[in-house]
Amino acid sequence: MTQQTAPPPRAGTSSDQPDGPHALDRPLTTPVQLIDPDGRAVDDDRYPLPGTDRLLRLHRALVAARRLNDVASALVRQGRLAVYPSSHGQEACQVAAADVLGDGDWLFPTYRDTAAVVARGVDPVEALVSLKGEWHCGYDPTELHVAPQATPLATQLPHAVGVAQAAALRGTGEVVLALCGDGATSEGDFHAALNFAGVFTAPVVFLVQNNQWAISVPMSRQSAAPSLAHKGVGYGVPSRRVDGNDVAACVAVLDEAVERARRGDGPTLVVAETYRVQAHTNADDATRYREQDEVDGWVPRDPLTRLTAHLRSSGALDDDVAAQADEAADALAATLRASAVEDATPEPSELFAHVHAEPTPQLLAQAALLADELDDAPQGSPR
Amino acid sequence: MTATKMTMAQALNTALADAMEADPCVVVLGEDVGPLGGVFRITDGLTARFGEARCYDTPLSEAGIVGTAIGMAMNGLRPVVELQFDAFAYPAFEQITSQLAKMGNRTRGAVRLPVVVRIPYAGGIGGVEHHSDSSEAYYAHTPGLTVVSPATNADAYGLLRAAIESDDPVVFLEPKRQYFTKEEVDLDVATPPIGRAVVRREGADATLIAYGPSVAVALAAAEQAATEGRDLGVVDLRSITPFDDGTVMDQVRRTGRAAVVAEAPGFASVASEVVARVQEQCFHSLAAPVRRVTGFDVPYPPPKLERHHLPGVDRVLDTVDELQWEEG
Repeated sequence: MTQQTAPPPRAGTSSDQPDGPHALDRPLTTPVQLIDPDGRAVDDDRYPLPGTDRLLRLHRALVAARRLNDVASALVRQGRLAVYPSSHGQEACQVAAADVLGDGDWLFPTYRDTAAVVARGVDPVEALVSLKGEWHCGYDPTELHVAPQATPLATQLPHAVGVAQAAALRGTGEVVLALCGDGATSEGDFHAALNFAGVFTAPVVFLVQNNQWAISVPMSRQSAAPSLAHKGVGYGVPSRRVDGNDVAACVAVLDEAVERARRGDGPTLVVAETYRVQAHTNADDATRYREQDEVDGWVPRDPLTRLTAHLRSSGALDDDVAAQADEAADALAATLRASAVEDATPEPSELFAHVHAEPTPQLLAQAALLADELDDAPQGSPR
Repeated sequence: MTATKMTMAQALNTALADAMEADPCVVVLGEDVGPLGGVFRITDGLTARFGEARCYDTPLSEAGIVGTAIGMAMNGLRPVVELQFDAFAYPAFEQITSQLAKMGNRTRGAVRLPVVVRIPYAGGIGGVEHHSDSSEAYYAHTPGLTVVSPATNADAYGLLRAAIESDDPVVFLEPKRQYFTKEEVDLDVATPPIGRAVVRREGADATLIAYGPSVAVALAAAEQAATEGRDLGVVDLRSITPFDDGTVMDQVRRTGRAAVVAEAPGFASVASEVVARVQEQCFHSLAAPVRRVTGFDVPYPPPKLERHHLPGVDRVLDTVDELQWEEG
């Protein structure tokens, strides 16, 4: 490894924070918005609207992410996937998280971030391995620096900080982007991660997708803070609020945070205000805890509709370009459907293969026991 | 190099320094491990010698310490963390048992986590509450973790070097009441690898099986028994996971009688596991049921009562007396 001086613990000053320690009002209370729900550009003196090429790229990614959510949800209904926590309505956050990272940068996703994982380049079939019940993580996290999707809440956030600290120590220049939801901000690991990141000036960006619901529990039960972005103040971590259904605003704010981390200026907490349009998973019944009126109120703020309207009105998106985006999404959907019908049950012996780098004698004995059981089983009996 | 007299604390400190010297990816982090050198001085001098990039104090959060160490290991480093006391490690329980232990399996071996979690462990130092737990069963019960505890100063050095070199996560339980015990140690003499138990004393009549701080108790009991005409052997497990069935069973078969000595509460304990394994594998060689000599099933006692809780020589020998000896 490249030997270089690690970041010294920070000396309690906030002078490097663009807004200073007490300038809370604007960055924390007003979410950044660059395209309004009707598709009109919104002037913002801090963040320019991303260029047309990038917006078109994001549009293609949004179309694909929406399709992924739709197809995966359908596959659950067909019994092909065990479960799918959909990010329908949150796709702007998903594609922005993948778009702002460079080669070698790291993404730490949760169970609801499959669309971000796929947008980052992970094979979509491998990304669904866990939901098909074949293994836990279906892709190699070392290939594209995409960590396994975290199922418990916030446990991946300290890992993200550690990866960032190692990147700084080794001088790799890598930046880490860690995702979590509003519920996860109540966990101790969220606190530990932001606290460590602040103290060690770690090159990490935390993106909280505040989709307003933690299964059945609303934001009002997660925190009495004026906004989740206020939590950054306590850790000395600069915070931003962004309209999480405006992909242009999401990439602009995340770009700033990634650049800040890359410069060595430390972590940023970005809170994206968005909405979980569907139930927690297919196993959940959202009608037991929220009104349809609330859901309906978010539909006009849909991230894909909004960007499409903007690009249509500017003339950048014509029928041909839109058709290309649809074709790419169709191909993704076809791949997912085809893989879903394949039975890829792993070999039972794999249960023992990865527990330790070298299997213990006891595990080898247990593997032999299972192999005997399988040998003795009548042909055609369920394995 | 010839043998030199050193404490277990010095042996551990030397192991850390030698590992850091040998591999620039080895980093040490924890509470008070920097300029102070740790509350037990195990990391003494490491920050001065290797810089605060390689040995540094963290905020006071065990989950944060283990959690960030996991990330560091994901990105090419070999972190050694110190959790200040056994019972202070529990805030990191999720990170150790569900994250650190499972990552290799979860990722089909793509991500290995060479993290060592050092824990000053067990009782006998007159510590106030939450400073003396024997927490090994929690970790030993968790698939994916290697769990070791040295009983000698040579093993403190050798096992810690091996733990740092292991690609698996290792929970390293340091018997804190032995930190300042001096022994002759020759650092150039390799100790057996992780996963191997060692016969500390040959004995023909019965086998005492122990690990960590209880090995010294077992040896003292064997010494006492010898003066009373009974020849007890002592097996030091060294490594709880992986478990060395071969060495243990070999000794038990030769003696036909055995007792397990450990200071953790006996119910659902590592001692229970050892007894079960011996019954399963040596039943026809046994002249008596295998017994456990353990701490009571009580929260660790206050200092003025801990001597009643810890298995001592008398409790060991009383138990040995009950191993159905023939009259004579």
